[in-house]
Amino acid sequence: MLNSIGLQNPGVDYVIEHYLPKLKKYDTAIIVNAIGNTIEDYVEVCRRLNDTDIDGVELNLSCPNVHSGCMAFGVTYEGVKEVTSAVRKVLDKPLIVKLSPNVTDITVTARAAEDAGADGISLINAFTAMVIDIEKRRPVLGNNTGGLSGPGIRPIAVRMTYDVAKTVKIPVLGIGGIVTGSDAIEFMLAGATAVSIGAGNFYSPDTSIKVIKEIEDYLGKHDIDDINSIIGTVKMN
Amino acid sequence: MAVNTQVKLLKKEKLKEDVMKFTCLTPEIASTAVPGQFIEIKVSKTFEPFLRRPISIFNIEKDKNLIEFIFQIKGRGTSFLSEVEEGEYIDVVGPLGDGVFNIKQCKNIAIIGGGIGIFPLYELAKENIDNISINTYLGFRSKQFVLLEEEFKKVSTKLIISTDDGTYGNNGYAIDYLKSDFDKLNFDGIFACGPLPMLQKVKEFADSKNIYCQLSLEQRMACGIGACMGCSVKLNTNNDTIQYARVCKNGPVFESNKIDI
Repeated sequence: MLNSIGLQNPGVDYVIEHYLPKLKKYDTAIIVNAIGNTIEDYVEVCRRLNDTDIDGVELNLSCPNVHSGCMAFGVTYEGVKEVTSAVRKVLDKPLIVKLSPNVTDITVTARAAEDAGADGISLINAFTAMVIDIEKRRPVLGNNTGGLSGPGIRPIAVRMTYDVAKTVKIPVLGIGGIVTGSDAIEFMLAGATAVSIGAGNFYSPDTSIKVIKEIEDYLGKHDIDDINSIIGTVKMN
Repeated sequence: MAVNTQVKLLKKEKLKEDVMKFTCLTPEIASTAVPGQFIEIKVSKTFEPFLRRPISIFNIEKDKNLIEFIFQIKGRGTSFLSEVEEGEYIDVVGPLGDGVFNIKQCKNIAIIGGGIGIFPLYELAKENIDNISINTYLGFRSKQFVLLEEEFKKVSTKLIISTDDGTYGNNGYAIDYLKSDFDKLNFDGIFACGPLPMLQKVKEFADSKNIYCQLSLEQRMACGIGACMGCSVKLNTNNDTIQYARVCKNGPVFESNKIDI
């Protein structure tokens, strides 16, 4: 899936006032993905979220569809460290930093997040990509480029998850094209302590339910009592 | 209430070289679907292509547990879909769309459709033809693209077919025939689906005459359930704020004066 939707959202105050009360009715953890164009934006959004009863914040340093801010912070050690440190000062809740794959070495930005006091790392966000309509000789997306996600990026995401999990001591949340239980197991074997599903929800709204069931099937088939026992247990050839 | 279900393809018909009609057995969708809604279809058994394809519902036969949809084979997704055989099952999410056709108190309506946008209008006409007067205006590019004339004739008080090049029916755009009939027929509602330039003209006319008008919009969609924000359309607001609605969730049918197209 290639999209240039960007970060359409109603703003942090609206989310706090209207979305959170509805979400609190569900018996699950609520993690808010926070964005900004400047460091001050990130800090202010997180300051306001800190006063709510959410369970954590995922800092989005990696959206490929926003021209200023966001990904610009997410591609260097200094950028990631600066934003994460600034947010850390105002946020007492668990802080996860979501990394961009559009870097030469993702372990560098992962280390930056850890050094700045992040509690966890999630990866990966979408790859900057382009598709061209060969009849019109123009990019298909209005924004010319967009973010590539879905099953096509999964093997790269698994490799990056493996690299990052080996590098940092904080937990890693694996993301990238998960649509089945076996996809999720791959990420966990690579070192992810949890996984997250994005594009998979767009292919089918009940993808998460199917993935959980298939994970349980895998555990049953292999006689595994505790899923945590498989984290990072992939054996390299 | 939308469900994710396997619908059985009972009958596939080729209406044109590149236009297919599928008749599917699906008690869950047939029992709840209303005119204007659509379904999201998984077009292959694999994840290639990844996303479902949104296709409007053409006909609902509640007593037979059937729905019918018509699609043009345009790209990879619809090409895969066209290869499904009779007797096979298709993975579908639907019926989708909270914004649907609603004729309210209208007694004398105009229905206007263009090209492959005419399909969702059929069920609207079929459900109401016994009670109200329905004047239908269907426009096509040329004779070879004219579709469903007989079907629409049965569900219309009056049917005007026009082609842009005059090779079939009346010469010119459907909207112009609707406009010229308005003076004598005085429609109290207009319901449209078709290409954007046609919808813009319909909206301009309906809004200027203050006629109740609903437009069914088409958009590329990823999820179809309001999550991805990919199909947003701008709303008219009375102030400087910018507001959007999602075609899949809040639509696909909108009142013409509420949207900015």
